[in-house]
Amino acid sequence: MEALISVVIGVLTALGVWLVLRERTFPVVLGLTVLSYAVNLFLFAMGRLALGQPPVIANGARGYADPLPQALVLTAIVIGFAMTAFVIVLALKARAELRDDRVDAEADGPGEPGEEQP
Amino acid sequence: MSHLPIAPVLVPLVAGAVMLFLPRQGLRRGLGVAAVLAQLALALALLAQVADGTTLVYALGNWPAPYGIVLVADRLAAWLLVTTALVALFALLYAVRGDDQAGPHFHPLFQWQLLGLNGAFLTGDLFNLFVFFEILLIASYALLLHGRRDPGRTRAGLHFVVINLLGSSLFLIAVGTLYGVLGTLNMADLAVKVAATPPESVGLVRAAGLLLFGVFALKAALLPLYLWLPAGYAQATAPVAALFAIMTKVGAYSILRVFVPIFGPGAGPLADLTGPWLLPLALGTLAVGSLGALAARGLRRQVAYLVVASVGSLLTGFGLGSAAGIAAGLYYLPHSTFAAAALFLLADLIAKGRGGLADRLDPGPVIPRAVTLGALFFVLAVVMAGLPPFSGFLGKVLTLKAALGHPLLPWVLGVVLLGGLCGLIALARSGSLLFYRAGPTNVPAPGPGLSALAPVAGLLMLILGLTLFAGPLTDLTSAMAGDLLAPAAQIRAVLGSEGQ
Repeated sequence: MEALISVVIGVLTALGVWLVLRERTFPVVLGLTVLSYAVNLFLFAMGRLALGQPPVIANGARGYADPLPQALVLTAIVIGFAMTAFVIVLALKARAELRDDRVDAEADGPGEPGEEQP
Repeated sequence: MSHLPIAPVLVPLVAGAVMLFLPRQGLRRGLGVAAVLAQLALALALLAQVADGTTLVYALGNWPAPYGIVLVADRLAAWLLVTTALVALFALLYAVRGDDQAGPHFHPLFQWQLLGLNGAFLTGDLFNLFVFFEILLIASYALLLHGRRDPGRTRAGLHFVVINLLGSSLFLIAVGTLYGVLGTLNMADLAVKVAATPPESVGLVRAAGLLLFGVFALKAALLPLYLWLPAGYAQATAPVAALFAIMTKVGAYSILRVFVPIFGPGAGPLADLTGPWLLPLALGTLAVGSLGALAARGLRRQVAYLVVASVGSLLTGFGLGSAAGIAAGLYYLPHSTFAAAALFLLADLIAKGRGGLADRLDPGPVIPRAVTLGALFFVLAVVMAGLPPFSGFLGKVLTLKAALGHPLLPWVLGVVLLGGLCGLIALARSGSLLFYRAGPTNVPAPGPGLSALAPVAGLLMLILGLTLFAGPLTDLTSAMAGDLLAPAAQIRAVLGSEGQ
């Protein structure tokens, strides 16, 4: 299971990095999302992977699943969700104002000729 | 347990939330100024309480460290809190003249930015530091975009947001690795556990530490991660840019907090983790910032590059690693913050007097009230470039004095002195272009009133205060540097007797 989780985190991270380096804002936003999946999985796995263990404490149990990384990952998910929502709106705003969805768009992007800059 | 350490976090949180329900801008302004004044009073009260070296520990929910989250108020944290509150006060006094009208929620966002800043300075837990970073960042994203519609600002904002989100991902990976190996995120506990890292995990902890360094370097705008700063700060409205002058200092503060007590000289196999990196990178940042200031085509961009250069000067002091170097950096920190904030505000006043030319460095008409603005610009240029008699000069002298005997002394001397010269040339060129080579005025616009000049003058008074009281203040910063380099007493205060 450890190997599978590591491979998943690795592939997600690689995919995220590759998407973040793309030219247009939509893949960049997707890349940030995929990267945050990878980070969340990684954080979660840092409490060690354990099967059939009680969440914190139980009679007769020989171990427990570490609850702290779960709390951390919950916080990270909430923050990541809010940030993704923000960056999507910002990307849309940039697309509307710059008339171009490239990350490095010039302020007077290739808008339709004759269109007036509001 | 006194509740004082959490008050600087609660005041802006509550004030910002209450403002959402206040319909009138006037009420929001009044509450905003009152909240910032309250934060200043709280920060000063904290500083007075901890000035003798006591460490106030506030356990949230009364869970003892290292199991619960703690806030730790010591001299260093209180020093940064006072600096933040002072900059915020003058930025807000400038904003209430009308810059806060451009968006509906300027005042709540301003308070929440302060919430994030105060929390980041007070927290004693690495994950909590991440949370406060995110709070200050999401407020700063919105504040950066605040203002009249401007595509250039939107693009700069997009870059700023994306690069900081990447930084947050790296932060979480580093935090996760540290927790996975050492089983704790409390900074005092980390300081104990990192020193006792088992040999087979040294590589992992080193990787996590250097990842953290990368993240803090990004926040501090250290070379080569400074590229987001000039565009972003030059596009922000003046009060926001003035408040952002403290933001790079959060990164510098975090570098100090994590890499001196935790990965510092006492860290056993991981001792002095960033030692080989910090000083060369700081000198590089100083050089690039100074060159950028020379090359800038607009006044605000020039000031933004000077902010980068001042981060370089600051971290040069920290990078020396000695108590004297850190103390010099900590003395330079409020100076560079106040100077940059004042210059951003002044640049805005100058730009408003130049009509369509704004802050572009091209010859233009005479600015209304040119004598007053010119005199302020002259004094601030002297302050920013680090010439005598002001505190910037004292900070640089202290840094250079601390560098005596360091193997990289020739580099430190050369870069710090040449960087100061470049900054001076850049500002002198802008000043002569803006004030001497000005043609006849064509718009008899009224000049900025007293209410616009007062915040700039106030920041200047603070710099004067830093200069006049340099003796006691450097004693204080030396004591902070001592606390950082010998963290045993603070670790005992946080962890109690069982931590030892």
